[in-house]
Amino acid sequence: MSIIVNHVSCVFGGDTNMPVNALKDINLVINEGEFIGLIGHTGSGKSTLVQHLNGLIKATEGAVYFNGEDISDKDFDKKKLRSKVGLVFQYPEHQLFEIDVFSDVCFGPKNLGLSKKETELRAYKALKQVGISDEYFYQSPFALSGGQKRRVAIAGVLAMEPEVLILDEPTAGLDPKGRDEILTMIKKLQTEMGITVILVSHSMEDVAQYVDRIVVMNQGEIMYDAEPKEVFSHYKELEAVELAAPAVTYIMEKCREAGFPVNVKATTVLEAKNEILRIFHK
Amino acid sequence: MLRDITLGQYYQTDSALHRMDPRIKLAGTMVYMISLFIYKNITAYLLAFLFLAVVIRISRVPFRFMIKGLKAVMFLLLITAVFNLFLTRGEPLVSIWKLTITKEGLVNAVYIVIRLGFLIIGSSLMTLTTTPNQLTDGLEKIMAPLKIFKVPVHEVAMMMSIALRFIPILMEETDKIMKAQMARGADFESGRLLDKAKAMVPLLVPLIISAFRRANDLAMAMEARCYQGGEGRTKMKPLQYKRIDYMAYGVMALYLLGVILLGRLFPLHLI
Repeated sequence: MSIIVNHVSCVFGGDTNMPVNALKDINLVINEGEFIGLIGHTGSGKSTLVQHLNGLIKATEGAVYFNGEDISDKDFDKKKLRSKVGLVFQYPEHQLFEIDVFSDVCFGPKNLGLSKKETELRAYKALKQVGISDEYFYQSPFALSGGQKRRVAIAGVLAMEPEVLILDEPTAGLDPKGRDEILTMIKKLQTEMGITVILVSHSMEDVAQYVDRIVVMNQGEIMYDAEPKEVFSHYKELEAVELAAPAVTYIMEKCREAGFPVNVKATTVLEAKNEILRIFHK
Repeated sequence: MLRDITLGQYYQTDSALHRMDPRIKLAGTMVYMISLFIYKNITAYLLAFLFLAVVIRISRVPFRFMIKGLKAVMFLLLITAVFNLFLTRGEPLVSIWKLTITKEGLVNAVYIVIRLGFLIIGSSLMTLTTTPNQLTDGLEKIMAPLKIFKVPVHEVAMMMSIALRFIPILMEETDKIMKAQMARGADFESGRLLDKAKAMVPLLVPLIISAFRRANDLAMAMEARCYQGGEGRTKMKPLQYKRIDYMAYGVMALYLLGVILLGRLFPLHLI
């Protein structure tokens, strides 16, 4: 199971006098089980890129391969692709429409043509995975709180049992607690279920402690594609494109400038704490 | 998909037509519409065609772009033409089974297609070259005399400008929700008519909810800025006629005169 993005370019409004080159010659390989953070400033093309991955947008040039098959082929089953590559849009709670939470989550598996029993089983599992308890199952989705609505919406995609889960800014507009809960839940899905996860965000801070690999996008191009530590070491370049490394990176850099021989590649608060303590215990 | 509809959309470029005062464009569109319905003969339509072609040329809006948005309207046009073709009484021309095409029907069908086609292209040219804000500014100014009769001109103009402003937003929203539901396996394209109608529910419910949410937010934002209607409100960019606008009025008058005179003096009929 892998997704290969091969020389993909995307142009919007090609027939107007202001065409927008949303993507420019993107090459990317997504391997099974990875947790990837796709980072970029607003308008850098990250949302456009992820919509290519499940065939919602057709590449103007280049091709996307899912398990070695070109997804733009005429006989390629798009519906199947969308069940394998689950995409959770920004503010997914805006897509809820059913009379109760449970039927809304059933919508996805039902569209796959599964039996009623299988559909309900999957919906139940998905709701449990996102931590929605039984008492909410038959309430109107519109009566829930913002964080709960978002979980339900994520469950709606999870119920299709995708192999790859793409989340476009899943934490936008949530409070710190809600944000941590969602991210921890996603991390759990990746480690326990072996789902490949792509997390789209504009905040390094959010993704630093969860992802194995960071892809930084800028103006439709891939700027960096490496491990978090490696990417954060370019914090000056990141600032130039209106991104920032996590605060921890800055603290470590300042420590080093002040003459403490710390390892600047600590990315999480915990790592930084241990690193600083190590220096002082010497 | 949905964003292909260009009716009511603005096309950003710089042309003489874009720089004109919205009032002349509104009046001009009105005059053009009237000119299409004065006479039913080829001479008048030929003139209307030439005029439209020249104005499109001046507007610098690519013709392809204009036509792309009219596909849905073309369907309406086709239905109208078919009805006229078969349901007009008169001298029979061809007869297939129970359907008869008459001479008058054919003439009517051709004329109605020309009239409606030109009318739609002509009016979409106005919206393509005028921003919604300019348009409502122009309307407000034109309708200002109606205030004497207690017509809430400013409020009507404001409502229109909000409605127009929301068209692209709701289109974008529709596109987004459609994609989100497609990502959940929804199918909007295939199936019978009833299936298609049913498939709309997951799209319409979130869309209506979002429209209400946006309306609510906007009302709040307007109140927070102390909006209280048109009374004592001044404009940042008051409308002012320039030389080009007076010239445009002249051209419109000439065109109308031309249509009336030529249509009257040299009427060419289809059959």
